[in-house]
Amino acid sequence: MPGVLVFCEVSEGRLKKASREALSIGRKLAEKAGGDLAAFVAGSGAAGVAAECGKYGAKKLYAGAHGSLDNYTTEAYATVLQQVVKDSSPSILLFGGTSNGRDLAPRLAARLNVGVASDVDRLEWNDGKLRARRPVYSGKAFATVDVTGAPAIATCRPNAFPAEESAGGAAEIVNVTAQGESRARVIETKISEAGEVSLAEADIIVSGGRGLKEGSNFSLIRDLAHAIGGAVGASRAIVDAGWVDHQYQVGQTGRVVSPNLYIAAGVSGAIQHLAGMSSSKHIVAINKDAEAPIFRIADLAVVGDLFQILPALTEEVKKAKAH
Amino acid sequence: MIARRLAPPVHGISNAVSAARANPLEVPVNSVVCVTHVPDTESRIKVSGRGIDEAGLKFIVSPYDEYALEAAIRLKEAKGGDVTVVTFGPDRAAHALRECLARGATKAIHVKGDVATADSLGVAKVLAAAIKGIPHDIVLFGKQGVGGDNALVGPMVAELLGYPQINVVTHLEVGEGTLKAHRELEGSEEVIEAPMPAVITAQKGLNEPRYSSLKGIMAAKKVAVDTKSVADLGLSEADIFNQRVVYVSLELPAEKSGGRKIDGADPAAAAREILKYIREEAKAL
Repeated sequence: MPGVLVFCEVSEGRLKKASREALSIGRKLAEKAGGDLAAFVAGSGAAGVAAECGKYGAKKLYAGAHGSLDNYTTEAYATVLQQVVKDSSPSILLFGGTSNGRDLAPRLAARLNVGVASDVDRLEWNDGKLRARRPVYSGKAFATVDVTGAPAIATCRPNAFPAEESAGGAAEIVNVTAQGESRARVIETKISEAGEVSLAEADIIVSGGRGLKEGSNFSLIRDLAHAIGGAVGASRAIVDAGWVDHQYQVGQTGRVVSPNLYIAAGVSGAIQHLAGMSSSKHIVAINKDAEAPIFRIADLAVVGDLFQILPALTEEVKKAKAH
Repeated sequence: MIARRLAPPVHGISNAVSAARANPLEVPVNSVVCVTHVPDTESRIKVSGRGIDEAGLKFIVSPYDEYALEAAIRLKEAKGGDVTVVTFGPDRAAHALRECLARGATKAIHVKGDVATADSLGVAKVLAAAIKGIPHDIVLFGKQGVGGDNALVGPMVAELLGYPQINVVTHLEVGEGTLKAHRELEGSEEVIEAPMPAVITAQKGLNEPRYSSLKGIMAAKKVAVDTKSVADLGLSEADIFNQRVVYVSLELPAEKSGGRKIDGADPAAAAREILKYIREEAKAL
């Protein structure tokens, strides 16, 4: 029976957060669209997440356990997922908005001759169609679109859909024997920031801007981020100045983020930066300029000296965590 | 599949200087760069019907496409070959092509059409059909068009042409018949090798794009842009427009009401106040 299929990824034996979120919204859609929720996981450890998939509502786990799938490659994954789509003919196919999800979804969609709504933050089943809302112009506007293909494909924006467990037992494992080949080969993987929280999926982001005055002062941002368990972010100005790497840039030519808590220190709030973070649920801004544009969207606006307030806040957070 | 070395590099007016610099021992590399014409990132967006109100907006080459173009121009300068820029868009998109020619692209193709009503796969079909008619070893895109923010067209074109893809590339080396690229992921990077032709989507950091020179702008004026319609490419308009992903509405986000403002003159008191907010309202600790 047609239902919802979710492409899931595993990291250290657990479903990635983006996959748990996609399963959670997938379960709600399956209730409306009819049919069951199923997960597809690739790699030799795939069957190991059957219980966790079940906890998020999946009835079946399509496990692509062939060794050719142990490491992600676009072409091999597209070949195998295409086979699973053919076997299960879902009405909806969802991907978490990870690097791999966003790499694979368009490749497979072109092969199946169907459309994709990418980076969506709302999904509903409406009159036999998948209706999606997606931020455009980095969140300066929101487009609502209908995806009419079979399957209708969407990639889910990280942090937009809460991961919610349901009371399901372990998903039934369906072995997928298909294997894929890839002409593009990964010859090396470099871990750039071991132990750091990824910006896209972070619940808390601490972000710095030109108000830090010089690159070495970015340590104030890192210290607070580490204390609070968040990711670090940066304005375009300090990325272009070479203080921090581009992977930390929040905004229209960086990452668009929507964490639960965004703390901006010394960020004035250029329109491109605001576009990239204004959908954060709680925004704290620290700036010495009472007229800084960031204060227009801040829930808590602190007019003051970040060089004094950030270390004091880091200490308070450490004290609070110690309790 | 298009055979390599199908066409010798064309030493047109605009690339004569840089082509002369190319190493004669290198095998020329022909690049296609797909670009899109988008509102400047500083623009305020106004809604008109199901789309944006373009009146008064300044349009630019989409920022990530600039990294793709720069990579192609550097290949041309090092190895020779053509850099063909392709766009699918309304009349105004011709300005994007002129800008690319002024920076060092050697040829330009403009497929005219109301791209705003085409979904990403429709756009990809148009671009793939146009690319098939151009000798090429590598096809480059920005990692996403700024504005639509779909990040779909590059991989879709790769699939339609049957090529490998490497997405979100921060480093690129082109050899003979193969290329090596660094792909950015969350907190890590993959070094990927692929046979050519291949599709690359460019991330910020790949290079530092050049500005157009006055000389480049003058030379670009002498290059004829090859203008085509969707029908000229042998495609059915019904398969390109208002298909698969259909716009229902476009809305601006709700205005955020201003939050609470506190005076941080006493840093310790301000820090305690922030912590209270974090714990009680954001419930984040």
